[in-house]
Amino acid sequence: MSLTLLLDILIGGLMMGGLYALIAVGLSLQYGVARVLNVSHGEFIMLGAFATYSLYILFGINPLLSLVVTGPLIFIVGFLIHRTLFKRLKRLSPTMDAFEGGSLLASFGLLFIIQNVALLIWGPDVKGYSYLSKTVSFLGALYAANRLVALLFAILIGIIFYYFLKRTRMGKAIRAAAQDVTTAQLMGVNINFVLGLCFGLGALMAGIAGSLTSMMFEITPLIGLPYTIISIIAVVLGGLGNILGSLIGGLILGLIGNIVMYIHPGLSLIAYYIIFLLLLLIKPTGIFGK
Amino acid sequence: MRRAISKKIFYCMLFSLCSILMAMIPPYVSPYTIILLNSIFMYIVLTVSWALFSGPTHYLSLASAAFFGLGIYVSAILGEMLPLLAVIALGGFISFLLALLVGLSSLRLRGMYFTIFTFGLSELIRHSVQWWEVNKTGTVGRWVIGVDHTTVYYVMLGILLITLATTYAIKHSKYGLALLSIGESEEAADHIGISVNTLKIITFAISTFFMGATGAIMATRWSYIDSSIAFNPLFSFMPVLMAIFGGVGSIFGQILGAGVLTLLADFLLTKFPYYYMLLYGMILVVVVLFVPKGLTGLKEELKRWREGGSVNPGRKDGASIHPE
Repeated sequence: MSLTLLLDILIGGLMMGGLYALIAVGLSLQYGVARVLNVSHGEFIMLGAFATYSLYILFGINPLLSLVVTGPLIFIVGFLIHRTLFKRLKRLSPTMDAFEGGSLLASFGLLFIIQNVALLIWGPDVKGYSYLSKTVSFLGALYAANRLVALLFAILIGIIFYYFLKRTRMGKAIRAAAQDVTTAQLMGVNINFVLGLCFGLGALMAGIAGSLTSMMFEITPLIGLPYTIISIIAVVLGGLGNILGSLIGGLILGLIGNIVMYIHPGLSLIAYYIIFLLLLLIKPTGIFGK
Repeated sequence: MRRAISKKIFYCMLFSLCSILMAMIPPYVSPYTIILLNSIFMYIVLTVSWALFSGPTHYLSLASAAFFGLGIYVSAILGEMLPLLAVIALGGFISFLLALLVGLSSLRLRGMYFTIFTFGLSELIRHSVQWWEVNKTGTVGRWVIGVDHTTVYYVMLGILLITLATTYAIKHSKYGLALLSIGESEEAADHIGISVNTLKIITFAISTFFMGATGAIMATRWSYIDSSIAFNPLFSFMPVLMAIFGGVGSIFGQILGAGVLTLLADFLLTKFPYYYMLLYGMILVVVVLFVPKGLTGLKEELKRWREGGSVNPGRKDGASIHPE
């Protein structure tokens, strides 16, 4: 294997990894903090992708600019879903186990609802548009410009979010809730607001990832579930409740996926599943877990 | 004690009466009814066998589709070579063996980890079969040998009765109590001398036997199958939803849930084919939110309300998707 090829695979992997990291951090907020294993996470990616697609095709709005509209909208949808659905479910459930089981089923319900609404609106056909698709040379290899933009965007959002978590009061509250919801509540954290915020932010990150996805790949209303699976694996890889861990988990998965893709294109999803099952069996607390 | 025995005899008689009645039905009803009854039987078996393990132990398994699909594939591959009953038994047995393996490997996993493990496993099998068919055998999908609906009906009825009898026997034996105590507290169950792991694995494997057998006979319903039909994740969720909808704690509730939801699905599919999955998703959300104890739980709540108690579904009530 030549050095350029190795570099090619690595950079390609990082590009996918950046996207995965974004959605993994989103799910980490929902699962790690709000304790909702949201299997409809990927559907928000799909929604973001289609919203961007529609705005671009119908009104010619720049995909990156349309984030200004679609982002807050998806955040509000996520926030409201937590407010109406999961908050009530939390109140109804006597134990954490019961809540996790119930919320898993409810989010499967959401998956079916969102997916089928999207099918009714956009139809089952494969859609796509061309934006920044000309190639640019980067470190001696050729890449589509939109991939580089997506990677930059993912890094940028990662940094902003990191500072939000570390430097702001709200970020501190989220970190406290991630460690122990009950204690955080006792310390005066408005827990329902924080959990709703986490859910909304999770949806927002999925939406942004969706917008970036629509620039790079063709989209259908069924693209969500594989992304959900990838983000679940990344979250377990990084350790439950460890938000930074999820980010690194996403990057690792992107790298592994690209390496496997190089060996055999159809095998990457199978490889993810195998890594996932082995990880669960050997070290369910994640690579950074104790 | 006397009352318990007479109750048992009563159930036995009711059970035999119902089975005789069901066995006599086919000549008198339309083929459509037979097909509908077949799906109802299928979902009852899937639901009851899912709840046999997941109900009392609180280990929420989402691998039903894997075992059901395995049965379908056994039927598709061996259907022409072996007699029907042998195929069905084999479908069940292979599922049983796989479940032993899965059970042994996932012993350490609890709660959510077990659930996502089973789901991941099911999806891994689906994608692996698909990959294998695309890249190695070069054939996507297979033909399944056809069997007429009345035969399917009798076989399905047979499997259903065996499933119900087995589940009832296990539930009302000391093993049933042991499973319940595992659900309450696994450590405590271990300390009072229950061999927790063996019991969990064996029960899980028994429950999947029925799923595999059902898959093997129901495969004949589709003349053509591929991995996305056979291992459709919906076969993992339907039983969970049906059990919760009816009431996880009682076999009657599970039968009721499976029956009502299958009829509803049939109605939605014929009336609103484009909105079917959308409506299904809404039902899922509504059920989890508003009838977390299922239809049978609703009855109890109504009774308590009549007796003047509070029905306020707060934390104190302990409304839960799990049986008490």
